[in-house]
Amino acid sequence: MKLALREMRRRPGRFVTATIILTLIALLLMFLGGLLDGLVSRSTSAIKAQDGTVIVFSSTSQSSFPSSRLGADQRAKVVAVPGVEAVGGLSVSQLGARVPGNGPRDLIDVALFGYEIAPKGVPAPPPTGEAWADDSLQDKGVTQGMTLALGPARTPVKVAGFISGLQYSGQATLWSSAQTWRDVQNANRPDARSADGVFQAFVVQGGSGASSTELATSIDAATGGSTKTLGIAAAANAQPGVSQQTSTFNQIIGVTIIIAITVVALFFALLVVERTALYGVLKAMGAKSRTLFGGVVAQAVVVTLIASAIGAAVSLALAAAIPSGSIPFTITTVRILSSVGYLLVASIIGCAFSLRRVLRIDPASAIGSAS
Amino acid sequence: MSIDTDPPPSSGPAASASGAPDALDLESVRKVYKMGDEEVVALDHATLRVASDEIVALVGPSGSGKTTLCSIAGGILAATAGRVVVGGRDISGYNEKKLSAFRRESVGFVFQSVNLVPFLTARENLLVVDEIGARTGAPARARADQLLEELGLADRRNNLPGQLSGGQRQRVAIGRSLMNDPSLVLFDEPTSALDTKLGEQVMELIRDEMKSRGIASVIVTHDERMTHFADRTVHIIDGILRA
Repeated sequence: MKLALREMRRRPGRFVTATIILTLIALLLMFLGGLLDGLVSRSTSAIKAQDGTVIVFSSTSQSSFPSSRLGADQRAKVVAVPGVEAVGGLSVSQLGARVPGNGPRDLIDVALFGYEIAPKGVPAPPPTGEAWADDSLQDKGVTQGMTLALGPARTPVKVAGFISGLQYSGQATLWSSAQTWRDVQNANRPDARSADGVFQAFVVQGGSGASSTELATSIDAATGGSTKTLGIAAAANAQPGVSQQTSTFNQIIGVTIIIAITVVALFFALLVVERTALYGVLKAMGAKSRTLFGGVVAQAVVVTLIASAIGAAVSLALAAAIPSGSIPFTITTVRILSSVGYLLVASIIGCAFSLRRVLRIDPASAIGSAS
Repeated sequence: MSIDTDPPPSSGPAASASGAPDALDLESVRKVYKMGDEEVVALDHATLRVASDEIVALVGPSGSGKTTLCSIAGGILAATAGRVVVGGRDISGYNEKKLSAFRRESVGFVFQSVNLVPFLTARENLLVVDEIGARTGAPARARADQLLEELGLADRRNNLPGQLSGGQRQRVAIGRSLMNDPSLVLFDEPTSALDTKLGEQVMELIRDEMKSRGIASVIVTHDERMTHFADRTVHIIDGILRA
């Protein structure tokens, strides 16, 4: 091990190529992961922020808000389920918003939520006719106190203030009372009018320590199967397009990891071939194959950690440099650590391809062919 | 000491005049390689004893079996038949793992072309023996410093092999072979890449260092001019030892 690390210190040039290639792979891995997290966050952060244990949809809606309808009778059944502490309606409409001063066709896509239980990071519902706005709308000229005209009916909604980082289906969000949402919905979507007491979904708070799975099962049983109840994360992932995005990106990330394994395998196989004579001498002196292979793995791990550190630093710099609202790129500690973990596993698997070669080096080669 | 060819000797005790066990005792050792359906006998009933402080030159042409004998004596190759005792330790039945441990602990090698680790300093090249073996740390560092001092390399301890002369590299290799305090040091063609004058200097160095420490050595060479530095010369032709 010491021998391997000393070689890296004394001959860093030999490892530069592998470090550069692995750095690019680390960067690609973190960038892809950041894009996936950014896209998923833009699609689901409004759902993930719900301050509840489960979200209830109608059973035929495939957990999609626009397709779901829940009435007062279902609410009563949900409230009666043991372990349920609070139930709040939640509905959403996706509309075009006109900003004063912009052209009549210069619309901003927004998602207007009507809510009863305040999500994390959102104050209690504002007065009727007002809404809290996601701060990404500030980049589009929206200011506090401004009145936006929503939808084809140009329903006026005043911006009461800003909240941070809540988006839905790639759109900035507005958060209003249930009544404001219903007014906007009924004015702009006459085909999907919502009567008083009707919501698209219910956010349900269970008691402390309540299991979302058990609560969901109890609720769906209590409503006679007319509802489909999911935990918050599951509800977020069930939104249209989210699982497809995640699966596509994960496949690309998987291919990138296979490329990392190949790079490490080829690079260290070449190094082992170069070191055949040296390893022969060391084996003749009594070195174990395990010790020599451990040195190869140690070098691969160090190269990977250096590449990962550079990749992480560049990813963080990119995250800081990318203007908010442009590319959906979110870099998180979990994403960086998981990428480093994948690369470390890839480097160890890559090294394993050299194990047989190390084992096969004959110590007799150190003193020439048998004569 | 005795040298015999087939049949093996039934001669005297495996001990030198000092009472210490022989550094090397090969009894009727055979080594056969399989080449497809054919068998090639590289060493044929070789019997050789080397006393505890004796220097033996093993001379033979290319392909004569001298490297095979050296490899078997050093525990690098296992004999097909016969008995191999090094420093009183019978290694004939050892498996690969035991032979590897034996090499780490009991025998020293000086390879052809010296074969120092190019990216390690002279001192670190000596310490490699400890790193792949017992990992004693401070005692090994002290021994390396002592050996470098005795070999006249104290001021070169932090030089890389590329910064040393041929003779200095040879000294480092000798120092490395002595790190595990062996009973036997095997030299593989130590003068093959050197001119006559430098070759003689190296042989003189080997003789002085081995004799001053009372360590036995077998020097494999094809150069008859160097044999007078040894206590005894043994010839090997076609795998058969001759006095």
